[in-house]
Amino acid sequence: MAGPSAGPDRDRLSWYEASARQRLDALLDPGSFTEALGPEERRMSPHLPLFDLPRAFDDGIVVGTGTLDGRPVYVAAQEGRFMGGAFGEVHGGKLVGLLRAAVEGRPAAVLLLLDTGGVRLQEANAGETAIAEAMRAITEVRAAGVPVVGLIGGRAGCFGGGGLIAGTCSRLAVSEGGRISVSGPEVIETNKGAEEFDSKDRALVWRTMGGKHRRLIGGADAFCDDTIASFRAAALSLIADAPAFDLDTLMAEQARLRERIERFGECRDGTEIWARLGVNDPDAVPSLDTRAFDETVARIGEAAHDAR
Amino acid sequence: MADWRGERKARDARLEAGRALARGKVVPSGEATALLEAILRPGDRVCLEGDNQKQADCLARALCRCDPERVHGLHMVQSGIVLPEHLDVFETGIAERLDYSYSGPQGARVARMLYGGQIKLGAVHTYLELFARYFIDLTPHVALIAGVCADREGNLYTGPNTEDTPTIVEATHFKNGVVVAQVNEIVDRVPRVDIPGDRVDFVVEADTPFFVEPLFTRDPALMTETQILIAMMAIKGIYAEYGVRRLNHGIGFGTAAIELLLPTYGEKLGLKGEIATHFALNPHPTLIPAIESGWVKQVHCFGSEVGMDRYIRERPDVFFTGADGSLRSNRALCQTAGLYACDMFIGATLQIDLMGHSSTVTQSRVAGFGGAPNMGSDPHGRRHPSDAWMKAGREAQITGDPALMRGRKLVVQLVETFGDKLVPTFVERLDAMELASKIGLELAPVMIYADDVTHIVTEEGIANLLLCRDADDREQAIRGVAGYTEIGRGRDRAKVEELRARGIIRRPEDLGIEPLDADRSLLAARSIKDLVHWSGGLYEPPAKFRNW
Amino acid sequence: MESLTFRHTTTKPLPGTKPQAITGVVASGNLEILLERVLPPDAVEVAIETPIAGYGPVWEAVVADFVARAQPGGVRISINDGGARPDTVSLRLLQGARLMEA
Repeated sequence: MAGPSAGPDRDRLSWYEASARQRLDALLDPGSFTEALGPEERRMSPHLPLFDLPRAFDDGIVVGTGTLDGRPVYVAAQEGRFMGGAFGEVHGGKLVGLLRAAVEGRPAAVLLLLDTGGVRLQEANAGETAIAEAMRAITEVRAAGVPVVGLIGGRAGCFGGGGLIAGTCSRLAVSEGGRISVSGPEVIETNKGAEEFDSKDRALVWRTMGGKHRRLIGGADAFCDDTIASFRAAALSLIADAPAFDLDTLMAEQARLRERIERFGECRDGTEIWARLGVNDPDAVPSLDTRAFDETVARIGEAAHDAR
Repeated sequence: MADWRGERKARDARLEAGRALARGKVVPSGEATALLEAILRPGDRVCLEGDNQKQADCLARALCRCDPERVHGLHMVQSGIVLPEHLDVFETGIAERLDYSYSGPQGARVARMLYGGQIKLGAVHTYLELFARYFIDLTPHVALIAGVCADREGNLYTGPNTEDTPTIVEATHFKNGVVVAQVNEIVDRVPRVDIPGDRVDFVVEADTPFFVEPLFTRDPALMTETQILIAMMAIKGIYAEYGVRRLNHGIGFGTAAIELLLPTYGEKLGLKGEIATHFALNPHPTLIPAIESGWVKQVHCFGSEVGMDRYIRERPDVFFTGADGSLRSNRALCQTAGLYACDMFIGATLQIDLMGHSSTVTQSRVAGFGGAPNMGSDPHGRRHPSDAWMKAGREAQITGDPALMRGRKLVVQLVETFGDKLVPTFVERLDAMELASKIGLELAPVMIYADDVTHIVTEEGIANLLLCRDADDREQAIRGVAGYTEIGRGRDRAKVEELRARGIIRRPEDLGIEPLDADRSLLAARSIKDLVHWSGGLYEPPAKFRNW
Repeated sequence: MESLTFRHTTTKPLPGTKPQAITGVVASGNLEILLERVLPPDAVEVAIETPIAGYGPVWEAVVADFVARAQPGGVRISINDGGARPDTVSLRLLQGARLMEA
């Protein structure tokens, strides 16, 4: 007989499967999380009822404060299963508010548990505005000396405006299930045709947007197993290792991105990029386990940089 | 003076006409239509190999292109109506009559064409029933089959998806028929001979490899807590209760959840080696963890499954494999095994009525039967005892001399009370009844008859129909596990409690199961990727099931 | 959207002291349930927002069975439904009650 479930077990709990609340509960020091604008306040979307769509008490994002290994952090976690984690007015407002509070509160870090398809179609203007405000707020937080670390490994991936927000973070950790991009697979297929990009070829999607690809080209700074414990360890090490937010860092990032498009702009598939990076057997990358993959990353060097 | 060789002469004439297009036995794919026009005669019985999985698609296209002036009025006798071409031939008049078994993806079109009178239907069969009629009154004049490769002598390697081919060839070749095989390539030497060359008259090298659909892959990521709860009840309340070792599983998420709970929940219950050791089953990817944990001793397969070939090759102690190492499947023999050598069939259905009749037919689709009714029926020809069979027999039958007792096959329906879009599983009257009267079928397409069903398992509990002693017991036992459907809410609560006291209805708590423990963390694998890990990298899932 | 509210009295309060709990997610075939210990100890209120109209009698039966089984006195229960099946609703309600008892 299975006994009663024994609380969050961060070694076993799958990040991909966990809800936003379960991720936060297990990620932070036990009992340390204090939620702001919790579900009991019922700050729900004013727009969704117009479309006859159900609302969520927290509008799909959980924000608040807690501690990580004893140090204070501000956190925001998107629920990727509610409307694909998409940004609406309240959802975006909660994130922006948290970031602005972090400028004042100066925690050791801000952790963004991104799990989003982008902007909510039903409240697109408010969502787009929120994305822009969040990006600006992130730069202010970083300018105040507080690292902003994105953790990406959920069902919805990190797409659209979420991909832009990820691009402004100090550091990103990603798991194999995670995907980071601005235009998602279906969007590309719709605009460019299935010959250009077949969104149903899931192996292709992961080769071009998945966690391993992003890690290999330096788009993400840590590669995690799909456990909360692995993301926690990555968050701790990325906070310690976050770059300064100054002109040198931004210039280095610009140079890195320019060089990347020069080197890989012609490539048709992730495997071509990996080959140019010096990966010995690009076709084997998707099946590598975490340890073998980390060894590959360490060998090619591209993934480590001081930019961002 | 009687001519005892009329059929033989007719075959010789067909072969003669076909040979004009062949080099030896080999016909280029561009000549396939001409070949069929040469060997087919109006009104022929034709088996166009449409299996559950493998499709002779190149030959299907070739048949569609035949001139209806030359080739018409065919009587199609094949188990699967799967490809659009299988029905296109009825629109052009190339084919006229149909006897078949399964039409999953084409079910809606079959219904429309039956209603419109474009198809003259003989009957919808179960697999074994149709195969049996190949040898009695539906023997094909021409069989159009599919294999992986052939040599120039016609020796055929059908590969892991052998499926129906040996049965079709047996019936056709040995009764004066003509056998045409499409193959992906012609080789000097086939890996193994699945069909001897002297039974194959023509070989067509197909323009593209034959089509196979991954029908049996269930992504563990999509399994729900409700399915896990039902699986826990089935394991504890039926597998363990009856000690079921030899069985067949359906293809739904419910039985896939059971497969994934064996190495976890089953292990905790100490059931390893006591249950689920011998299967008649396709190589389900969700069975990998149970195999790897040493639960499963032996599996015989109807067909194969896309992506499982390398894994099967490396597990010859478990699967039936040839000298070349690859799987040998055989639908007719595996169906027979499921019917006679298994103590339990457990699977899902779409509708169950108050007597326990079940059907997967909806008002607009004739999906056919496939093999579930063969395995989901009590075989009266069985004579060997087993503990599970005898226990079920004792529950059903309480009087008479034990030495004259029959055992009973366990036939278990595993259903959620509501299906997709809140459609209730339990109904007053099966949609199959409406459909039958609408399109003039003499028999309603019932998948499993009430008198064969022994247990119904839902998230609300297990109804043991073997223990029911009259019609009222039975109706209330069914209502008592029908949840919040109208059927369930219409229960006689006092009677249902009486049935519970008699052990006819068992709730999760009666089995010592806490519904809140039904958690996804109990699954041995929670994703397709986990299955790949369990297989040591040998399972190669199709791209549409990947998220890496 | 259809709004439904059901009120029951219980013979006892829900054990435990936790003031509130939330479980589930608003997604297709799923729902979220917010439980708040804000009512008199023998009162229960269940308020439902659902996009699927016409299932009032089913909700009524599910809620009545849950109240009879869990006796969740003192708790206001608010549900945002994403089109969950009755068995999922029952399961979430029981999960919610267990969280409050912890």
